[in-house]
Amino acid sequence: MTAATYSSVAHTHEMAPEKPDHHAFDGFQWTEENAKSAARQIAKYPEGRQQSAVMGLLDLAQRQIGVQTETQGWLPIPVIEFVAKQLSMPYIRVYEVASFYTMYNLAPVGKYHVQLCGTTPCMLRGSDDVMRALNEKGIRKGKTTPDGLFTLTEVECMGNCANAPMLQINDDNYEDLDADSTARIIDALAAGDRPQPGSQTGRKSSEPAGGPTTLKEFTA
Amino acid sequence: MPKLTVDGIEVEVPQGATVLQACEAAGKEIPRFCYHERLSIAGNCRMCLVEMEKSPKPVASCAMPASDGQVVKTNSEVTRKAREGVMEFLLINHPLDCPICDQGGECDLQDQALNYGRGRSRYQENKRAVTEKYMGPIIKTVMTRCIHCTRCVRFAEEVAGVEEIGAVGRGENMQITTYLEQAATSELSGNVIDLCPVGALTSKPYAFESRPWELVKTNGIDVMDAVGSNVRYDSRGPQVLRVLPRVNDDVNEEWLSDKGRYGPLGLMKRRLDAPYIRENGKLRRATWKDAFAAVKRGLSGLGGEQIGAIAGDLVDVESMVALKDLLAQLGSSRHECRQDGAQLGGEISGVRASYLFNTGIAPLETADVVLLIGSNPRWEAPLVNTRIRKAVRRGAAKVFAIGPEVDLTYEAEWLGGDLTVLGSLPQAVVDALKGAERPAVIVGQGALARTDGAGVLAAVETLVRDFNLVRDGWNGFNVLHTAAGRVGGLDIGFTAEGGVSRILADAESGALKALFLHGADEIDAGALPGVFKIYVGHHGDRGVRHADVILPAASFAEKDATWVNMEGRVQRSNRAVFPPGDAREDWAIFRALSDVLGSPLGYDDMDALRARIAREFPLLADEGLAVVGWDSFSIPGRSEVQPEPVRYSFENYYMTNPVARASEVMQQCSEIILHGNEDVLEAAE
Repeated sequence: MTAATYSSVAHTHEMAPEKPDHHAFDGFQWTEENAKSAARQIAKYPEGRQQSAVMGLLDLAQRQIGVQTETQGWLPIPVIEFVAKQLSMPYIRVYEVASFYTMYNLAPVGKYHVQLCGTTPCMLRGSDDVMRALNEKGIRKGKTTPDGLFTLTEVECMGNCANAPMLQINDDNYEDLDADSTARIIDALAAGDRPQPGSQTGRKSSEPAGGPTTLKEFTA
Repeated sequence: MPKLTVDGIEVEVPQGATVLQACEAAGKEIPRFCYHERLSIAGNCRMCLVEMEKSPKPVASCAMPASDGQVVKTNSEVTRKAREGVMEFLLINHPLDCPICDQGGECDLQDQALNYGRGRSRYQENKRAVTEKYMGPIIKTVMTRCIHCTRCVRFAEEVAGVEEIGAVGRGENMQITTYLEQAATSELSGNVIDLCPVGALTSKPYAFESRPWELVKTNGIDVMDAVGSNVRYDSRGPQVLRVLPRVNDDVNEEWLSDKGRYGPLGLMKRRLDAPYIRENGKLRRATWKDAFAAVKRGLSGLGGEQIGAIAGDLVDVESMVALKDLLAQLGSSRHECRQDGAQLGGEISGVRASYLFNTGIAPLETADVVLLIGSNPRWEAPLVNTRIRKAVRRGAAKVFAIGPEVDLTYEAEWLGGDLTVLGSLPQAVVDALKGAERPAVIVGQGALARTDGAGVLAAVETLVRDFNLVRDGWNGFNVLHTAAGRVGGLDIGFTAEGGVSRILADAESGALKALFLHGADEIDAGALPGVFKIYVGHHGDRGVRHADVILPAASFAEKDATWVNMEGRVQRSNRAVFPPGDAREDWAIFRALSDVLGSPLGYDDMDALRARIAREFPLLADEGLAVVGWDSFSIPGRSEVQPEPVRYSFENYYMTNPVARASEVMQQCSEIILHGNEDVLEAAE
């Protein structure tokens, strides 16, 4: 392959990412354990209102796909239709739900779905530095790294403003970040460890930085 | 009954009415996009904001219940500013492409921007753009124009009952689409085009055809099924460019089936525009004079019962009466309109109520138990199906059905395809019918157009007595017709002993020598080699294949005509365009032919013909629901119901008559929706 063709291939690849293969998930079925869990979720709602379980079931399905593909999971079309059939809902109604909530992935993501909050409080507290640190690690917004480990999404407020800036990686929140701590977390994840979630400056939950300033007698 | 004040006018509205309805009652116009009388209330466009005393903010009048003592101001400064603000927001992401938009001139957004908008934009940023969505051969989409009123989504869910349109994504990224951009499969999908208040969903076949002010609008009656939907033919020059529904709450509300909307586009295709004579096995174009002479030759020496006539499904009352009179002059009474061989009316059950949809289309939505017998109303009469669906949704009506299982858009309990079950209904059905206050039994043509059809009708008649289906203020005996001309034909006695099968049998045995095929395309005339066949009609379909003489006639849109729908409602349609070429109105053809044959018919214009009809059939003299009341009937010499499984009238909803078969849109629908062949559209484009 000449250099010219190589670069054109690479270019095309970047412009139009591969379409996810939905058909690979044809014939999706619950695992035994998840089937029980799904039944439990449906049973939470009164007879005739089983549709209310749609969000729980979609989440469960996404996690099952995650285990199956060793990623954070996503919702291929056959899986959406499987959930719709189980709840006797028209496909479009389930698809509406899946497309409305950002926690459902409609395309495959990496093993770690890195969600960076870029809303005002995080931005003022340095989310741009976090973004730069991620970029230096080769993690780009809206893309999955070639090794399939990281997918970066920029999201709106995750409700951790007191501990800004923050990252949500899969089910864990990493708070009080700066460029260094971000790099450390990514390296640890890439090495297969699970860094301690929560504040990276050592403070407890969202207490004032440097310890309590009021009601000190209660903390002693 | 809340009393409230709108702009100083006191109005009293029914309990449960909204402020918007109260404002309308006071004669005030309230702009709106998402609100629609026949759909659920969404309250998401905010265009109907009005000022209300004691309310800190303007309220969305469509979603606010009217209550006592409210004081509403629809022309105050607050209201004006609220409307201007909403309109400005709506226009932020709406393209300024009215000059190339098909909705232009009949666009709610255009009109309301003119009346309630600010007149200029302050928006300098980029507008959003949305990719087009494929929705099938009927709906064209330009989704950038969408204002997310969700009328189409609600229509698909609530009225059509085929949930395939939805809003995906959220916020600014919300988009209206069909599931995975598949073709919309509802038989009512065309109505979302009318519902769309902007140019997001427009008619694909009508794209870039015309502007509304260029069109001549003529009131007509839809003949694609026997519902008798009120329509408007929009024509320009010789061509009907589109068909739109008119509001008639007793019949079609304001909907129209896709076949009613796009079937008539076949009026410009495969037309018979000149008389033809078959010579040496080949058809030759001829003059009217030659054609009439050929008919005279063919009929010469034949007498009385050697001449027959079969009328098709799209033939109006006037035409049939003229043909009947012509046959009478020739000494024959062998005229037949039950083309599919349905055994009802005429010699089988003479009483008018025995072949009508007696409950009525609108009252059907109050039924509490419905029994469908060999009828798939979703295909045979989509707008009757919406009424049953309404009954199911609103009053939790129970539906039982005998026939092959299909998706009716509502829950039905299937009793199998064996009609003998009528004699021994399951206990659940018996209990339901016994306990019902307004039970409706609907028998389809599929159950009657069989050799044991009369037996089926008799069995249904037994149900009427057993379950007291006819009671004070309610008649639950219904025949669902599929042909627009059928009830009219039965009303004027266009029937003959033994029906079509006797006529065809006699033709084969040689007892019948000549046959008028009056738009009759659903029978196999190829099997009658020794018979002189005269085809009178407008489309070169199955009927002309073996005809010896072809007399080109006017279609339903090209003549003034009377139609009687399945509930016995007499309706008149007007001529929208002229028939092409040498084609003439049917009654005029028979009148002229009678002259050639020796004894002219006694009418020279439509008024005289209608006067003649009114004299013999006073029921058909005036428009409106012609009610004769219930009269019990019995069926003499009925045959036993056979256990052979019942079949529905149609195997293909889109291809049921010669006009629909000629319509390209219907062909595409048939290919794409019924046969799943998605390539057709691309090949055509």
